[in-house]
Amino acid sequence: MKIKRTIKYEADRVPGFGREVMSVPGCEALEHCIQCGTCSGVCPLSIYMDYTPRQVMELVRSDFKHEVLRSHTIWLCASCYACTTECPRQIRITDIMYELKQRAIKEGVYPPRFPIPVLAEEFTKMVRDHGRISETRLVTKMYLRTNPLAALGMAGLGLNLLKTGRFSLKQDRIEHRGEMEKLMTAVDRENRKADA
Amino acid sequence: MKYAYFPGCSLKGTGRAYEESLLPVLRHLGVEVQEIEDWNCCGATAYMAVDEGKACAAAARNLALAERTGLRQMLAPCSACYLVLNKAQHYLNEYPAMRRVVTRALDSVGLQCRGDTAVRHPLDVLLHDVGLDAIKQKVTRPLTGLKVAPYYGCQIVRPYATFDDQANPESMDKLLAALGATVVRWPLKTKCCGGSLTGTLPEAGLRLSYILLKEALKRGADVIATVCPLCQFNLDSYHAKIAARWEPVRIPTVYFSQLMGLAFGLPAEQTVLHRGMVPLRFEPAPAAHA
Repeated sequence: MKIKRTIKYEADRVPGFGREVMSVPGCEALEHCIQCGTCSGVCPLSIYMDYTPRQVMELVRSDFKHEVLRSHTIWLCASCYACTTECPRQIRITDIMYELKQRAIKEGVYPPRFPIPVLAEEFTKMVRDHGRISETRLVTKMYLRTNPLAALGMAGLGLNLLKTGRFSLKQDRIEHRGEMEKLMTAVDRENRKADA
Repeated sequence: MKYAYFPGCSLKGTGRAYEESLLPVLRHLGVEVQEIEDWNCCGATAYMAVDEGKACAAAARNLALAERTGLRQMLAPCSACYLVLNKAQHYLNEYPAMRRVVTRALDSVGLQCRGDTAVRHPLDVLLHDVGLDAIKQKVTRPLTGLKVAPYYGCQIVRPYATFDDQANPESMDKLLAALGATVVRWPLKTKCCGGSLTGTLPEAGLRLSYILLKEALKRGADVIATVCPLCQFNLDSYHAKIAARWEPVRIPTVYFSQLMGLAFGLPAEQTVLHRGMVPLRFEPAPAAHA
């Protein structure tokens, strides 16, 4: 039997993490959380989560950085905003989940070949390089990088898309190529300036 | 009525039936649209998960291009685009630090964004600018006898409820009723379809789609009407996988604009029902009155 400590100790905290998250646009109201659990109740995906959204909110506020960034919860959030509209304290929970995903991606703390961050990464790369998303091409790339075998299971779907004229591996792109990359480089530059 | 039109990537790809059916319907109603030149991907939900500033900048480039057209209103049919463009607008106006970063980034490519274009959804435009009376006048083949479950999905009423109620939106209900269809009472109208989780974590994502389909059938619907390319894809494309995991719940899912085209008597190449995987078999008869 493999046992695991479920109670957190003071030493597990990363002091300042909660403050840092709450300083991000959209995440400020977290300090007003009353732990009512409405978010967990309305979340259509909480049944699959290791920590419910309510627990994630408290873990963030209490500086348990490693627990939240390694949780499945942040990846299971499908951005439906049900929690955000129902929260009696006007906490933008979906935006906090986005912020946590960003931090997990930046720190590389997600399982290798885990499809959700891989999809996000391929998506942003395609936007930067071409300005537009060619959906079926993007998804094909994601499967090849994460689980080529699962791609076989999608062959039927691919064929149906082809039959209905909706499958294409061609890359759509904007005319002013290079403009997206310039834009993104400028955002990085401005953020560095702001940090300095 | 003229709008700067932001199609977004899906409407040129897997969701092309949405554009192919919506544009003729708008034309038929005298609504003019002008596609924004050189628009780029809005960033969708994926970019927000990687970098908020860049996501905002990508969306703001489109807002800047829309402003350049001189049109004060922007039409964004895809739910994700609609939300992201609205969200970027909010961020630019609420967070001076974000505005500074985005303004400078846009400046580096010679663009300016004031952030005052109204980002509108077609349902909003159809109900509030065109009006149900004008729509009713164009109905030559009422959808009598067709039971439709109106599906709004997440992102057009949440988090910004600009034109309809967040808990119980009714604009599509009213629109479908104006077309002569029977609107099925269906409390799941704003529940999440699973979004991109249907592809990345099918156990969780597909269950959400399954629940929607099952409930629509239980309520006696013949078809689900949607406003979102991702919802349409999820509800229409995974029937074999859903049947293998749980049970078959076959019901067609089409865009509301395809149903409008049907009711207006537009030709098949403008209702593009052949783009669906579960076919909708319904031929409305011409209206009885002369």
